[in-house]
Amino acid sequence: MIGQALTDGVLTGAVIGLGAIGVSFTMQIMRFANFSHAELLTWGGYLALLIVGFIGAGAPTAGLSFGWQLLAAALLAAALTGLLAWMIDRLVFRRLRGSGAHHLTLVFASFGLGLVMRHLVVLLWGHESRFYTRELQIANEVLPGIRVLPDQIFILLLTLLIVAALHLFLTYSRTGIAMRAAAESPGLSQACGIDVERVIRNTWLIGGGLAALAGVFTGLTPQLNPENGASLLLALFSAAILGGIGSLPGAVVGGLFVGIAENVMLLVVSPGFKQAMPFMLLLLVLVLRPQGLFGERREGDR
Amino acid sequence: MSGATPLLQVDGLFAGYVRGLPIVQGVSVEVAAHEVVTIIGPNGAGKSTLLKAVIGLVPVEGGRIALAGRDITGLPSHQVIAAGVGYVPQTANVFTTLTIGENLVAGGHLLRAKLAERLERAYAMFPVLADKRRERARTLSGGQRQMLAIARALMTDPALIVLDEPTAGLSPLLANEVFARARALAEGGVAVLMVEQNAKAALRQSDRGYVLAEGRNRITGRAADLLDNAEVAAAFLGGKRQAA
Repeated sequence: MIGQALTDGVLTGAVIGLGAIGVSFTMQIMRFANFSHAELLTWGGYLALLIVGFIGAGAPTAGLSFGWQLLAAALLAAALTGLLAWMIDRLVFRRLRGSGAHHLTLVFASFGLGLVMRHLVVLLWGHESRFYTRELQIANEVLPGIRVLPDQIFILLLTLLIVAALHLFLTYSRTGIAMRAAAESPGLSQACGIDVERVIRNTWLIGGGLAALAGVFTGLTPQLNPENGASLLLALFSAAILGGIGSLPGAVVGGLFVGIAENVMLLVVSPGFKQAMPFMLLLLVLVLRPQGLFGERREGDR
Repeated sequence: MSGATPLLQVDGLFAGYVRGLPIVQGVSVEVAAHEVVTIIGPNGAGKSTLLKAVIGLVPVEGGRIALAGRDITGLPSHQVIAAGVGYVPQTANVFTTLTIGENLVAGGHLLRAKLAERLERAYAMFPVLADKRRERARTLSGGQRQMLAIARALMTDPALIVLDEPTAGLSPLLANEVFARARALAEGGVAVLMVEQNAKAALRQSDRGYVLAEGRNRITGRAADLLDNAEVAAAFLGGKRQAA
């Protein structure tokens, strides 16, 4: 029982972590909580569905419920969602930043924007759940008493690969170092000749792209629904804050914590309590370590 | 200064954080190549704001800024830096969450090919940084941070380096080291424009100086003359150091 709960926790947690990276980076670099980020998951999922409508999900390959076509659709949807996120920034958030709006104004704007984005999905694709593929999958018993779908293993491995690649990019590339510099101090990075608007663009492209992948993954196991993103919203924020704002490993570990906590607690408390779990955990961590597990306090922060 | 075009020419500059309420009100400053120029003045005179306006961090409302004859008024910071200016802010002038090496890479963000070469040059110029290149900048002392901030600003090989109170919080010994570095930079071809509270020590290492008050030019002259000027001495060079 506990083994299965832990496994399920890791599987959902990895996807939450992937979605939380964008929340965390946006909060660090643009200093506001973007409540519309969850809708980027939904949009990514549905954009992939749109592409799958043209090219199909592909014949089941290597035990998975889909072929290379779905993977291609997911990557294309990630690119499109990244661009969508950047476009939304140009249309909404950048204007507010330019007019010197208070951070809370951006938060409320993101709230409204999230509603618009979610209902556009309903308008375009309808309320009922959708599927990329109708292929049935049989869960394999990977360890005694622990069953996992091949799709879930694939998602977990792909997530790890993406996070590792992003980590290398942020640690060693000139653009990655510029992003971390801008995250600590936009003013000083401008004085280094770093174009902060370009860093912001990269942040949306990366955050939006990863959100889209998380959206496709939740759409794959189990299904696509206009509420997919919104139902993960609080989990995304818990993961980002738990791990420490601006930290890539933080977002991922935070996601795993939240995923595991939700699933393990289901064993002992009623399912109605599931959504509250991340917050109990969050409270506990923030009391002990206010900057989050991997967070760093910027000097001069109050 | 001769009739040649100065390296930096600030002409009748108006600038401030809030539009319509300029803190800098018609200031003119010139820096020639190979010069160290120091700006002094009481708190609130607009010294830092002037530097930030030159760098493009504060909006310009009037006047003109030219670098080597090219108009750079109102350009975004990254373009001013690209045009050949290095900037060391007064506070928080290193990225504390980045390593020393990463700070220098960030400083060399605009470089395309010569990054490795410039890194080696920075380490040669500041050996203390070389020993700590993989450590976080937050582990550095105040003096070391100042050296890192200067090394960082030099990564792009600027024609002019702008220093905002580079010795604030440093011991007199370290302050003199910073001023000596400034002198050496100018002799090596990087002109220096700095704002200083530590007026006497700064002017001793400068070619010329400007006294600003209430956002305007008050006194301008050769550094040696300012040191001898009774009005300047009474207001800024008095026995005690100015409070920061």
